[in-house]
Amino acid sequence: MFASNHFFKRRDLINYGLLAILLVVILPLSMDIFRLNLVGKYLSYAFVAMGLVLCWGYGGILSLGQGVFFGLGGYAMAMFLKLEASSPEATAIQSTPGIPDFMDWNQLTALPWFWEPFHSLTFTILAVLFVAPLFAYLIGVAMFKRRVGGVYFAIITQAVAAILTILIIGQQGFTGGVNGITDLRTLMGWDIRTDEAKYILYFVCVAVLFACLLLCHFVLKSKLGRLLVAIRDREDRVRFSGYDVSNFKIFVFCFAAMLSAIGGAMFTLQVGFMSPTLVGIVPSIEMVIFCALGGRLSIIGAVYGALIVNAAKTTMSEAFPELWLFAMGALFIGVVLAFPNGLAGLVESLRERFLTSRKAAAAAPAKQPEPEPDDADELDTNTRAVSQS
Amino acid sequence: MFADYTSSELLAIFAMQGFAGLSLFSIFVLMALGLAIIFGQMGVINMAHGEFMILGAYMTYITSHIFADYLPSLYGSYFIFAMVFAFIAAGALGALVEWALIRRLYHRPLDTLLATWGLSLILQQCYRSIFGAREVGVTLPDWLMGSVPMSDMVDIPINGLFVMALTLTIAAAVYYLMYRSNWGGQVRAVVQNRPMAGAVGINTEKVDRMTFALGCGIAGVAGSAFTMIGSTGPTSGQLYIVDTFLVVVFGGASSLLGTIASAFTISQAQSTMEFFLSGSMAKVLTLLVVVGILMLRPQGLFALKIRR
Repeated sequence: MFASNHFFKRRDLINYGLLAILLVVILPLSMDIFRLNLVGKYLSYAFVAMGLVLCWGYGGILSLGQGVFFGLGGYAMAMFLKLEASSPEATAIQSTPGIPDFMDWNQLTALPWFWEPFHSLTFTILAVLFVAPLFAYLIGVAMFKRRVGGVYFAIITQAVAAILTILIIGQQGFTGGVNGITDLRTLMGWDIRTDEAKYILYFVCVAVLFACLLLCHFVLKSKLGRLLVAIRDREDRVRFSGYDVSNFKIFVFCFAAMLSAIGGAMFTLQVGFMSPTLVGIVPSIEMVIFCALGGRLSIIGAVYGALIVNAAKTTMSEAFPELWLFAMGALFIGVVLAFPNGLAGLVESLRERFLTSRKAAAAAPAKQPEPEPDDADELDTNTRAVSQS
Repeated sequence: MFADYTSSELLAIFAMQGFAGLSLFSIFVLMALGLAIIFGQMGVINMAHGEFMILGAYMTYITSHIFADYLPSLYGSYFIFAMVFAFIAAGALGALVEWALIRRLYHRPLDTLLATWGLSLILQQCYRSIFGAREVGVTLPDWLMGSVPMSDMVDIPINGLFVMALTLTIAAAVYYLMYRSNWGGQVRAVVQNRPMAGAVGINTEKVDRMTFALGCGIAGVAGSAFTMIGSTGPTSGQLYIVDTFLVVVFGGASSLLGTIASAFTISQAQSTMEFFLSGSMAKVLTLLVVVGILMLRPQGLFALKIRR
């Protein structure tokens, strides 16, 4: 454990490097802008999956309401862009110029008060970053201080996702209803719909993704990450050691919420709309499978998980739409039953097998093969995760 | 919001909405009873519960067609047979699912949740492939049509009354089974202390399978009753699953009485508010209140004290 106190191990550097080469060099060179834009969209889900790795894989808290935070971030960004697209000149044909078109269709004559601050980009960015964690904090305080966790927490977060979806759809005049906020055009006068803008936004998204990956890496390598694993595995012992367990849980839940919200904002910028179909129960639980497929203990795995599941979804729904739900259902069951640690766990165990067989061949036959000290702690974490959660 | 109505109108509104609430209550109770057995007694999260219910609804649909085509003279009583078929089909599928999936995951409740969600997606697509994406409905036999006039403003539909009577019967049967029969004693023994129950000779694996199958079977009957009130589509089950889980959790997961009490509270609150507010706002308010109360009192209304 102490031998591996360097911030990056060699293997981490290789993993990050491979991901960077894939996202920055290989994909942009091999795809046209339409496909690359889709990859950008998948990457915005990767933020949510990363948050779930921290929250679920390390903290043991399964939230089925990450779509709520994704939506809060996405809607904040969409409200800003929509206000910019609804200048009085652009909306002169409406009965009330200067307000978003769906408000005009719903007989609203003035901008609601909570839309006003979204004229400012600074406020919007702050809202993207802090509204979702604040909301998560409220839920977290109410739940974790009372030691509610596990299954109950999952059900309640799911209910929150249901409530927010019904609210957004019901309050059509304020939120755009079931269609969501569409027809977004410019960001500070810069047209986000052109191919050039889409390239730039893709690279911005990749840069933000790597910043968040490093932040997660930092959290997990710190003492906090160790404590989270300890809480997941033996909550009582951590509590008896004098730690306030609930505060750590609240922190990691809020952190995951912030990551989701950033993902939501990146989604809105790249895809050009935001709707309640990305907030509800179904998308929220799909986001869990991105994380589960990639490996619930690997932040890089989460990125690959989001990319693979979404790419498969797009390909399959284009080719055989009726098979997609079967594949998705089989994926849920297969990941849970066959490889609970996901692709990262699979890669890890293959690597272990390779290393031990090579060592066993090299070392004297009597000597027991030992795993590298470098990996000892991670291996331990992985094996325990299967029996827990 | 009450100012626009006279007192007699208000009374009639409350009576009508109260009755509509009772219909919703019946559905909630029927769905939640199965879930309360599976979740409350076994601690298994079955996200595919709604799909078991829909299986019962489709069985009813098939039965009604078989009776209409081959036994038109008995058409009036097809519903009784349909309920039996629905119970058997859903129960058998439940036993199969327990054997293939659930028993491997008893120690990982959160993973059960994900696996059963996957199962629900597969079942939904099966229904869509077999029965089509469109919603189907059944023709009610004549004796269930019509309504009973209570006063000049209030009419009570007969099918609603029938569903309610059915709910009461099933609830009573479940109560008898769980608290008065030998088998129920075994189930409760396994819930309270699994190793000790095994030590006194109870086959805990068999009890688990039967309990899960029973819960699914009741969901099938619920689906059968559901066809009398609404039409059935491949995704109808998903609409109710969150509500049902909230009902069970709100009532205190391991208490059947609590489940019924909370189903009553939630359905009445929702249908009364639906008249004065829009449907979506009524739902939002109800869910918010339930979630709020659960945050203050996580163990639910009726908590059973058991040693963990």
